[in-house]
Amino acid sequence: MSLAQVETVAPEETGGGLGRDAWRRLRRNPVAIVGAILVIMFVALALLAPWLAPYPPDKPVGQVTPTSIPGPSAEHWFGLDDLGRDEFSRVLWGARWSLVIGVVSLLLGLVGGMVLGLLAGAFGGWVDGVVMRLVDIMLSVPGLLFAIGIAAMLGSGLDAVMIAIAVVNVPIFARLLRGQMLAQRQSDYVLAAKAVGVRRRRIVLGHVLPNSLTPVIVQGTLTLAVAIVDAAGLAFLGLSSNDPSIPEWGRMLADTQRYLSSAPLLAVFPGLAIIIAALGFTLLGESLREALDPKYRR
Amino acid sequence: MTSNGTAEPGEPAPPDGAAGSAGPAPSNGAAVPGEPLLSVRGLKVHFPIRKGTLLQRVVGHVRAVDGVDLEVRRGMTYGLVGESGCGKSTLGKAVLRLVEPTAGTVVFDGVNLALQGPEPMRRLRRNMQMVFQDPLASLDPRQSVESALTEPLRAHGFPGDRSKRVRELLDIVGLPAGAAGRYPHEFSGGQRQRVGIARAIALNPDLIIADEPVSALDVSIQAQIVNLLEDLQEQLGLTYVVVAHDLAVVRHVSDVIGVMYLGALVEEAPSDELYAEPLHPYTIALMSAIPIPDPEVEERRRRILLTGDLPSPVDVPPGCRFHTRCPFRQPTRCAEESPDLREMRPGRKVACHWAEEIATGTIRAAASAQDPTATEVGAPAVQ
Ligand SMILES: Nc1ncnc2c1ncn2[C@@H]1O[C@H](COP(=O)(O)OP(=O)(O)OP(=O)(O)O)[C@@H](O)[C@H]1O
Ligand code: SF4
Ligand SMILES: [Mg+2]
Repeated sequence: MSLAQVETVAPEETGGGLGRDAWRRLRRNPVAIVGAILVIMFVALALLAPWLAPYPPDKPVGQVTPTSIPGPSAEHWFGLDDLGRDEFSRVLWGARWSLVIGVVSLLLGLVGGMVLGLLAGAFGGWVDGVVMRLVDIMLSVPGLLFAIGIAAMLGSGLDAVMIAIAVVNVPIFARLLRGQMLAQRQSDYVLAAKAVGVRRRRIVLGHVLPNSLTPVIVQGTLTLAVAIVDAAGLAFLGLSSNDPSIPEWGRMLADTQRYLSSAPLLAVFPGLAIIIAALGFTLLGESLREALDPKYRR
Repeated sequence: MTSNGTAEPGEPAPPDGAAGSAGPAPSNGAAVPGEPLLSVRGLKVHFPIRKGTLLQRVVGHVRAVDGVDLEVRRGMTYGLVGESGCGKSTLGKAVLRLVEPTAGTVVFDGVNLALQGPEPMRRLRRNMQMVFQDPLASLDPRQSVESALTEPLRAHGFPGDRSKRVRELLDIVGLPAGAAGRYPHEFSGGQRQRVGIARAIALNPDLIIADEPVSALDVSIQAQIVNLLEDLQEQLGLTYVVVAHDLAVVRHVSDVIGVMYLGALVEEAPSDELYAEPLHPYTIALMSAIPIPDPEVEERRRRILLTGDLPSPVDVPPGCRFHTRCPFRQPTRCAEESPDLREMRPGRKVACHWAEEIATGTIRAAASAQDPTATEVGAPAVQ
């Protein structure tokens, strides 16, 4: 089939809502494709880790001494870690933990932020004032520092880490949703709905909210990247699960510090994994933002 | 054009009714031509300008609407004209309480709207509708036409077959039945405005405020939409307030025209009389900017050019709000005393201290404003 044929075979689709428009733009964006591939890879590895990992992640499978840690080999692709565990299996399982931490903290933060944002955006007035002051105060503390404080306050454990990351994201989502809703509330189609006598609650839930969600979805995708990096950062600082056998990328990084001279690759593998996962969500999020941008609407 | 709402098939019977509100219930059926339907007194909309992040202070006000009185009789068309930014849209929205007025009263069919609580106000809305300036912005991008047209029916408990009514509405405004399942971005500007008009007439209102209904459309389509609005007025006995920044658009559809400048009416007159003899200096200047088809008349007549920029509605000039640009400005009164909109002759209202002298020619425009060779730089944005 020649190129001309390919082009005639793919007719310009018409019809459908804005979603289909955005989907069309997304599919044509190479950045989006790369991001999607990375994200799909990450999620697939995370889900399939128990079947893909050649060794248990938490048991020594070889002999190591602090001065001789075997590097990559045919048997152990990423080598062994300082306790003789298979590094490749641990990185795979780490994807699973990162995904869990990322998704759970994102969802918690999203729910909290959306409740606050919806309150402020729907009621305005003093409710808005109180919510926004709270949000301003929370945002005035640098993110990771804030998370460290909360995680330290809640004590160690993965729950604490997830809650800490969620709390950091609450004001971001709240402010985003509230700003969008206030902007939408001024728009003509909301006035038009009011003019024909649509009830307030239906205007807010049926018009304002659905039209305010796009940037929240984009931000959610980007937040997954941040959550993964933050979780690693907290673990690196010792705020993580009590169970040292849990393979968490940040903690793996921290644990290998002492062996940096003898086994530098032990830092490279989890580090790369963090970067690739975060990059995937960032690229996807940014291209989503572009695809959904009303500027490109016909 | 005043025979009112004679049983449009499927016309919503007054259900839950506006009867819960104070005053006589607005009725669709029994219309008395000529009786005032809408009466606006001292209407003001001032938008506060805030500064500062934590403790916001009000540092000034945009006086978008700054004291408007007007009356619209049932079955007639009131044309509202003025430059961009003079507050026409805000006035229209404030009349319908889509924007809360800062001061003043709006009495619609004997009911003072300012005294209505949210629910009675919501019920009254079925009698007064708006057609918006930007048809695309006035439609929810995620809402199909069907849904947009069903919404008013549902909100007021339309008893009949809603999808039948939707098809009927589409037919009335000249859209195919297939339009129901489509989304706003799939239509042309003119078609979108038809959807907006269909939504506005869905509940058989008495009053429609049409805010520059054609200014966002291609010139070739403008006439079609204007004709549609005229036909609907005849069929449904509508009363219109038609907003325009273009005198030519409102001229032949309006019975009475109000000319707005910087948030206030400066002149109001029956359409023909306004064109035959404008009384306010601002109107005189606007008229002189309209090209006259007859080349000989065009050759002889004088252009009155406005000098200076349109002042900001944040700093409305004291005294006569037009005095910074008025070619007839006098050394006394103009800069100090604010002229009321007064009835100079029966039916002719004007807000100028010197209107009589200007009409008789005792006071002439400043020479600098009359240069016939001058280009149109500085002329108001009115075609
Ligand atoms: N919500 C608002 N907050 C602050 N200022 C506003 C608001 N809405 C309108 N204004 C200001 O009020 C003034 C009048 O605006 P309005 O839209 O009523 O003018 P208009 O006559 O309809 O103009 P156009 O012909 O461009 O539609 C403008 O200066 C505008 O900037
Ligand atoms: S009052 Fe004075 S400044 Fe105002 S319009 Fe009349 S002549 Fe002009
Ligand atoms: Mg306007």
